[in-house]
Amino acid sequence: MGVELPTTEFSDIPDELWLELEAHAHEAAEGHSAVVRLLDEKGGFAAGSKLADAVRALNPEDLRAMYRDMAMIRRFDIEATALQRQGQLSLWVPLRGQEAAQIGSGRATQPQDYLFPTYREHGVALTRGVELGELLRLFRGLSNGGWDPRETGFHLYTLVLAAQVPHAVGYAMGIQRDAARAEARGEDPGDPGAVVAYFGDGASSEGDVHESMVFAASFKAPVVFFCQNNQWAISVPAEVQSRIPLFNRAKGYGFPGVRVDGNDVLAVYAVTQWALARARAGKGPVLIEAYTYRQGAHTTADDPTKYRLSDEERMWLERDPVSRFEAYLRAEGIADDAFFADVAAAGDALAAKARADILSFEAPSLEDAFANVYAEPHPLVAEELAWHREYEAGFADTESAVDADRAQEGGR
Amino acid sequence: MPTMTIAKAINAGLRTALAGDESVLLMGEDIGTLGGVYRVTEGLKSEFGGDRVIDSPLAESGIIGTSIGLSLRGYRPVAEIQFDGFVFPGFNQITTQLAKLHARSKGQLTVPVTIRIPYGGGIGSVEHHSESPEALFAHTAGLRIITPSNAHDAYWMTQQAIASEDPVIVFEPKRRYWLKGEVDTEDPGTSADPFRAHVLREGTDATVVAYGPLVPVALAAAEAAAEDGRSVEVIDLRSISPIDFDTVIASVEKTGRLVVAHEAPTFGGIGGEIASRVSERAFLSLEAPVIRVGGFHMPYPVAKVEEHYLPDIDRILEALDRAFSY
Ligand SMILES: Cc1ncc(C[n+]2csc(CCOP(=O)(O)OP(=O)(O)O)c2C)c(N)n1
Ligand SMILES: [Mg+2]
Repeated sequence: MGVELPTTEFSDIPDELWLELEAHAHEAAEGHSAVVRLLDEKGGFAAGSKLADAVRALNPEDLRAMYRDMAMIRRFDIEATALQRQGQLSLWVPLRGQEAAQIGSGRATQPQDYLFPTYREHGVALTRGVELGELLRLFRGLSNGGWDPRETGFHLYTLVLAAQVPHAVGYAMGIQRDAARAEARGEDPGDPGAVVAYFGDGASSEGDVHESMVFAASFKAPVVFFCQNNQWAISVPAEVQSRIPLFNRAKGYGFPGVRVDGNDVLAVYAVTQWALARARAGKGPVLIEAYTYRQGAHTTADDPTKYRLSDEERMWLERDPVSRFEAYLRAEGIADDAFFADVAAAGDALAAKARADILSFEAPSLEDAFANVYAEPHPLVAEELAWHREYEAGFADTESAVDADRAQEGGR
Repeated sequence: MPTMTIAKAINAGLRTALAGDESVLLMGEDIGTLGGVYRVTEGLKSEFGGDRVIDSPLAESGIIGTSIGLSLRGYRPVAEIQFDGFVFPGFNQITTQLAKLHARSKGQLTVPVTIRIPYGGGIGSVEHHSESPEALFAHTAGLRIITPSNAHDAYWMTQQAIASEDPVIVFEPKRRYWLKGEVDTEDPGTSADPFRAHVLREGTDATVVAYGPLVPVALAAAEAAAEDGRSVEVIDLRSISPIDFDTVIASVEKTGRLVVAHEAPTFGGIGGEIASRVSERAFLSLEAPVIRVGGFHMPYPVAKVEEHYLPDIDRILEALDRAFSY
């Protein structure tokens, strides 16, 4: 992999933590809808569990890095939303409110892992080393991405809801086969990676999620299903998608499901690491339901006042993932004013860079679109490209004639 | 040169591909232990193992979707859809994902997935087992679609599809699975390019273009027309996307008359595409309008009447009569 990814190196998950999460998943399967949470809404830390002990032992440097990611992506998101308002983007899909779910899970992955996002996973993109300006290409109408999925292990966004989920399972089946073949050749497969499939509460109703879970369970594929339940699918509340807590569905497929407080970055991190470790160990898939909230509109084209109450929005603002983590870092003496000021300045710089990037992007031409319809030469595409060139060339004449007219006019 | 049925030729093609490239995998419903409902994959699981010849859960979107994921990881999956009428649960994955990923990624990603679909009627089957949905896929850029009409092509096209860096759908003429023919397993000969049409019979008065299951019917119609003193050229289109228009147009420029025959309904079908291309490129060569022979605009009918629905020798001859009457 060409890019050095900014993943956090934590020690292996201790056995006791493993057991605790297994017990949690088991409890969940028994129908208790307990949520894994470490930070309360005021940033208070729930000590007294193995999970808590393990998180307590985390390196302060890594904790600060996690916060930095969350704050940076929030700042970037604000800038992108503004850029859309100013007509520089045709659309933006805000992630505000989901920073902990995205940074916590993204930071739990390793460079050799491969992640399949939907379209709101800008925070995950950051943890995978995706140049954030590249996200803007998509929403400016320049390309369908811009980053190299193979370099970053971060797939292109997929706008057809849930369609990427079976891809994730297939990719994980490929990882299994790679490992089996290396072993058959007498080689050490090392850690060939695991896969994370991101999707929303709305997408969870799609048949592709069901089929993916069946395949993943049957083949014990090393894949983590990461569902961000942000309570809404545009205007439709999560209760319309599922009458039971979503993570409980895992039980029906025969693998563990866990609900984690998606606004608690430490809990999300720990649970995702556990699920990935489990997948790497050949124990098959896990469904994580990150219980969170979309603080903003569905997209910049949406008006949430049409379908949800401001009381609800206020309640969730009190659970804000970024300020909650900030409160924790301050209370623990892990970060001080200087640190937060530094992060804010870095965020502003990132925002300024996004604004500058957007104007520097080269405009695409329709001609580019002919280039990769097929990987191998195709007569129809070649014929239509030739026609298109000739047609456009006809206008070049007109344009130069018009230019000449104008020049003449100016000369008159 | 060995003689084999089309089904056996596909089986042999799959075996050669599996043996020649470790990244080739087969996936589908009942393809492993059973060897497929038409036994096309018979023996392959015991030869290459369940890890490479995978009996999948019963879910077409899952089959295509996981095949896409496997291809992103460097594999070359061959997905079998059990019958034509059951490809639709996988239609979304084929058209919105498989067909587009190469373009969406600006060429960074390739998805060399092959999809095998037995298609067409004439086997007296129940609903959804006799359809010809090829035009629905041909309309989608990013896919390649081929269909063999004989055992030699079946053997080679299967391997060519797997070797292609593009996604390829192979529509297999299921009522011809038991049609025998010689297969040169050493040399594809004129079948080296799966996207080229073949002139199977030369003629001077009219051209009949057909593909897949109707190729033997078109040849028989040409034979019958010869008895009436009409010299009919027969083209096996072989590839539905891309279409080898050059071969078709060269023929029409010679004969001046064209009949296109397929089992699929004529409305919005491949025949219409060929007719419009020919009228654009060879208008002055035409002695008559291009005439289409195909299914009617209705759901595929019940088996007891399918012989009246499916184009047969007489329907092609009737179309030729019309072409000659201009
Ligand atoms: C297959 C499909 N159907 C409909 C849409 C239109 N659509 C876009 S986003 C959305 C809601 C998605 O909700 P959810 O899965 O919860 O994700 P969130 O937007 O909340 O992150 C809908 C209906 C789509 N993109 N794809
Ligand atoms: Mg949602």
